[in-house]
Amino acid sequence: MDSFTQRVLDGDELAAARLMRLTDDRIKGYDAYMRNIWRHTGNAHVIGITGAPGAGKSTLVDALIYEYRSKGKTVGVVAIDPSSPFSGGAILGDRIRMSGHSNDSGVFIRSVATRGHLGGLSVSAMDIAAIMDAMGKDAVIIETVGVGQDEIEVAAVADSCVVVTVPGMGDDIQAIKAGILEIADIFVVNKADRDGVERTVKDLETMLSFTPRHRYNWTPPIIKTTASEKSGIDTLYERLEDHRSFAMSALKAEKQQARLLHAANGIIKERVFTELFHSQKLSEAIKNERNDPYTAVEKIWEQCIISTGN
Amino acid sequence: MAKVRILIAKPGLDGHDRGAKVIARTLRDAGFEVIYTGLRQTPEAIVSTAIQEDVDAIGVSILSGAHNTIFPKIVLLLKERGVNDIIVFGGGVIPDEDIPFLKSSGVSTIFTPGTSTEDVVKFVNENIKPKHAA
Ligand SMILES: Nc1nc2c(ncn2[C@@H]2O[C@H](COP(=O)(O)OP(=O)(O)O)[C@@H](O)[C@H]2O)c(=O)[nH]1
Ligand SMILES: [Mg+2]
Repeated sequence: MDSFTQRVLDGDELAAARLMRLTDDRIKGYDAYMRNIWRHTGNAHVIGITGAPGAGKSTLVDALIYEYRSKGKTVGVVAIDPSSPFSGGAILGDRIRMSGHSNDSGVFIRSVATRGHLGGLSVSAMDIAAIMDAMGKDAVIIETVGVGQDEIEVAAVADSCVVVTVPGMGDDIQAIKAGILEIADIFVVNKADRDGVERTVKDLETMLSFTPRHRYNWTPPIIKTTASEKSGIDTLYERLEDHRSFAMSALKAEKQQARLLHAANGIIKERVFTELFHSQKLSEAIKNERNDPYTAVEKIWEQCIISTGN
Repeated sequence: MAKVRILIAKPGLDGHDRGAKVIARTLRDAGFEVIYTGLRQTPEAIVSTAIQEDVDAIGVSILSGAHNTIFPKIVLLLKERGVNDIIVFGGGVIPDEDIPFLKSSGVSTIFTPGTSTEDVVKFVNENIKPKHAA
């Protein structure tokens, strides 16, 4: 083991933060470190927090961090926000809600931009969660953007998936997005200080009763929270611990495998698009084939197969 | 694929962060990643955040008049934690006569009221590069 990776495994903040940067930026050589890091994962309780923007995910994460810390547990947070499709820049603002932990050495928060990966969980985000796991954080919380495919993907790779909704959403059947009922291990109805909480809880219960989901013997609880007042968070913590015990026995190996597969899939896509089918090569091939995308891809494909000797 | 990452911080107890938000949006629209932490950050919190986020620069907005203590404190804390690759710059209501002192304490530049947002983008483009990127 090289000394830099060892420092990360020992929990050194500077080294861990630096490796996250090398990894997020895909700086040449980063993968040599990540190979060792991934082998040291699988110990943290990986928690996905998802739900529409504005539902209160970051505020909930903030409150959960206090709860975990009060139990003596260390926490890593991967807070994902979208990159602008126009400029490629981003404002990563989840930390606004988590500012009380800046001087707590038991908490490591990292803001991550989607960098064009909208519609899924990027390999970078997975790598950063893996680094926190390998650093020895007891819980690693992944806060997603809450749109599209990333909700489904975080559910696949997290040990426990928390779906956050707010009162009023149940009024409109459309507001409960397709697939959301199936992926939640725990439902949170946040902003319970607002009107209509009971109705939303009832609506969710009804919808859940019609949702054939669990291959496993787990019924997702519905928890009311007012994250901004830190109310209901102790119950959420307990249910998370229940689910952790459940997941540890029934699912842990499967979940760790899902994470490794998800990462491997992402790595393949990245390599295919940066090394084989990068956009300049594609544009040229399309031009050469007089605007026929099928033949253009076929030509590049054949070249790749020939050059790998198959 | 490397992107410039900048922490925009607003220390001190004075009220609003309109200026800091305008700068954050301007930098996003220029293609940079901005970590925005909101109001009332202490120098210790700013430096811890900058380290966890491994940013290239910290932009500090100060309206409270405490610039002569806050800027040198941030620079000092970075040094104490062994960080020497984060640029510190600032903006806000800062009298011209204080600027030489701030620069000599390690602040790279100060934008005073009236600076255009283009000037800030130009400064970042010319002076701040993603670490490690070839
Ligand atoms: N009334 C009320 N507001 C809340 C609650 N939790 C969060 N908020 C507010 O909802 C807004 C969005 O919260 P945020 O955590 O940033 O949501 P995110 O986009 O899902 O991460 C903020 O203004 C919060 O202060 C709550 O329990 N009750
Ligand atoms: Mg958020």
